Amino acid sequence: MALLEVKDLDIHYGAIHALKGVSISVEEGQIVTLVGSNGAGKTTTLRALSGLVGASRGDITFAGKSIRGKKPHEIVRVGIAHSPEGRGIFASLTVRDNLELGAYSRNDKAGIASDIERSFSRFPILKEREKQAAGTLSGGEQQMLAVARALMARPKLLLLDEPSLGLAPQIVHAIFRIIREINAEGMTILLVEQNAHMALSIANHGYVLETGQIKMSDDAKKLAASDEVRKAYLGG
Amino acid sequence: MAEKLSAETPPNAPAPRVFLRSIVPVAIVFAFAFAVQLAIPSGTYSEKILFDIGVNVILAVSLNIVNGLTGQFSIGHAGFMALGAYGSIVVTYYGGYALFGDVLRHDTVAGYSLYVASMIVGGLTACLAGYIVGLPSLRLRGDYLAIVTLGFGEIIRVLLQATPAVLYPSEMQEVPGISRIFHLGGALGFSHGQSYNSLGFTWGAVAITLLIAYRLRESTHGRAFLSVRENEIAAEAIGVNTTRYKVNAFVLAAFFAGVAGSLFAHQLGAGTASRPEEFNFMRSFEIVIMVVLGGMGSISGAALAATTLTLLTEVLREVQDYRLIAYSLLLIIMMIVRPKGMLGTREIWHLFRSRRSTVNNRRSTFTGEGA
Repeated sequence: MALLEVKDLDIHYGAIHALKGVSISVEEGQIVTLVGSNGAGKTTTLRALSGLVGASRGDITFAGKSIRGKKPHEIVRVGIAHSPEGRGIFASLTVRDNLELGAYSRNDKAGIASDIERSFSRFPILKEREKQAAGTLSGGEQQMLAVARALMARPKLLLLDEPSLGLAPQIVHAIFRIIREINAEGMTILLVEQNAHMALSIANHGYVLETGQIKMSDDAKKLAASDEVRKAYLGG
Repeated sequence: MAEKLSAETPPNAPAPRVFLRSIVPVAIVFAFAFAVQLAIPSGTYSEKILFDIGVNVILAVSLNIVNGLTGQFSIGHAGFMALGAYGSIVVTYYGGYALFGDVLRHDTVAGYSLYVASMIVGGLTACLAGYIVGLPSLRLRGDYLAIVTLGFGEIIRVLLQATPAVLYPSEMQEVPGISRIFHLGGALGFSHGQSYNSLGFTWGAVAITLLIAYRLRESTHGRAFLSVRENEIAAEAIGVNTTRYKVNAFVLAAFFAGVAGSLFAHQLGAGTASRPEEFNFMRSFEIVIMVVLGGMGSISGAALAATTLTLLTEVLREVQDYRLIAYSLLLIIMMIVRPKGMLGTREIWHLFRSRRSTVNNRRSTFTGEGA
C-alpha cells in the first residue's frame, strides 16, 4: 500500500475549478514528481496535501489514514512537511531560528539539537550563516535552508514546491543532488517542478498535470523519453 | 538586568541554575519596585512623571506583542486600557463597598489585596475583549484589521460615555447588587476612585511585564509569533497554528493593557483619571507611535520609546498644542532615516555586545543597517 494516496481530488477557488479529479500515489522511499506548466494546479495539489486549501471532493490517505479536512498543524504532526513555493523562509530571523522553527511540532530537545547539527553537516554553508538573518542569504542558500527547515519536522513525506525557482543552473544541480541524497537516506519525496527535465531525471515516477487534470502518469524515464512530454515541456 | 541574566545562561543548565534563573529575576523586580517606592517621595512631580512612564511602558511593550512580534496592526489599544481601568475601579469601589461598607481607601492588607485583585480583574476584562477582537483578526489583514481595532476602541469609549452616574454610598441601596457595576459615571468619568496605586505597584507591574514579554519572545512560542509575522503560509506549513497565535497575541496584549488601565485608574487624584476621553483614539495612536519608533519586535525599544515620548510630552508641555506636529515630524523623519525604528528587532544590550561574543545573540542584524 502506498504511503500517500490521493483519489479524485477536486478543489475550487471560489468559482474557479482548480483541480479536477486528481489521483496520485506515492510509494514509500520514492521520489515522485508532478510536472506541468504555470497554473496547471501543481502548487494547489501540494497545498491540499498539507491542508492549506480545502478539497471539495475526493480523499487523501496518508499511511493508511485519511487526512482530508485536517488542519495544516495537524498534518505536520502526522508526518508531512511542506517546503512552500518561493521558499517561505523567515527573512528577519536567523538561520538557526528558522531551523528551530522547523522543529516547532516536536518536543524532544535533544533530538532537535542533534538534527540541527545534522542540517549543518548536510549544508555546511548554513553553519557559516547560522547567526545571520535568513533574508541576507543567496537564493540557493535560502532554498537549502527551506529544505533543511522542512526536514527538521522529521517527516515521513517531504513536499517540495519548485526548489529550482529563480536559481542559476549550477545551483539547481546542487539542489537536485541534495534532494537525491535525502531520498537515498530513505526520505519519500513529492516534488513539484516546472523544470520537468531536471525533475524527471531524479524521480522514480512522474505525473503530468495540465489545467487541473492528470494528463499522463508513467515511469519517470519513460515520461522523459515520450514525444508528448519532450515537445511540451522539454523544448523539443 | 534581569533579562540579560537569563539570556546568558546555557540552555542545558543544571537544576539549581534553572531554579535561580526563575527566582533571581523576580527578586530583582520586586527589589527594584520597592526601591523606586522608597526613593521617590509621594506627591511630587517626579512621581507623576515616573508613573506616566511606567504606564506607557506597559502599554507599548504589550502592544508590541501584537504589532511587533505577530505582525498584526492594532490601533485600538486604548480600548483595552479603558476596560482594565473601569473593570478594576469597579472592584475597588463597588467591591470595596460590599467588603468594607464604605468607599474610602483602606490602607490595610485587605485594602491593598483588593487593589491587586482589581488589577487582575481589569486585566481579565480586557483579555475577554481581546479574545473577541482577536477573532476577526483571523479573517482580516493589514488595513482592514486596523479599522476593526480602531472601531473597537471607539465603541468602548462611546459605551462608557453612555453609562449612568456613579452611585454614592447613600444611593447603593436603591440599586441591587451586581447591576451597580454599570454605573460608571458616563462622560464625566468615574469620579470617586481611590488612589490605591503607588510607584511600587506601577514599577512592579512594569518589571513583570518586561520579564514576561522577554521570556515569551525567547521561547518557542515567541518564535512562533515571529513566524506568523514573517510568513503566514510558511508558519502554517511548519505546523504553527497561526489562528491560535494571533488570538493569543491579542489576549495577552489586552491583559497587560488592562493592568496598565487599572494602574492609571488608581493613581493619585484618581477622580479625574477614568474619563472615557482619556482612552480616545489619540492615546491608541500614541502607543502605536511608541512601538513604531522603538522598533517593531524590540521589547527594550518599545520601553525606550515609551520613556522618551513621555518625557518629550513633558518638555513640550509649554507648546502642547503643537505636540502632535512634533510627533508627526518625528515619525516622518524616522521613516526616512530608520524605517525599522530605533532598534529594529534588536534589544539595547545587543548594541553593546561585540561581534565575536554573539553566542546567545539569536536576534540577528541585517547587514548594512548600522549598529
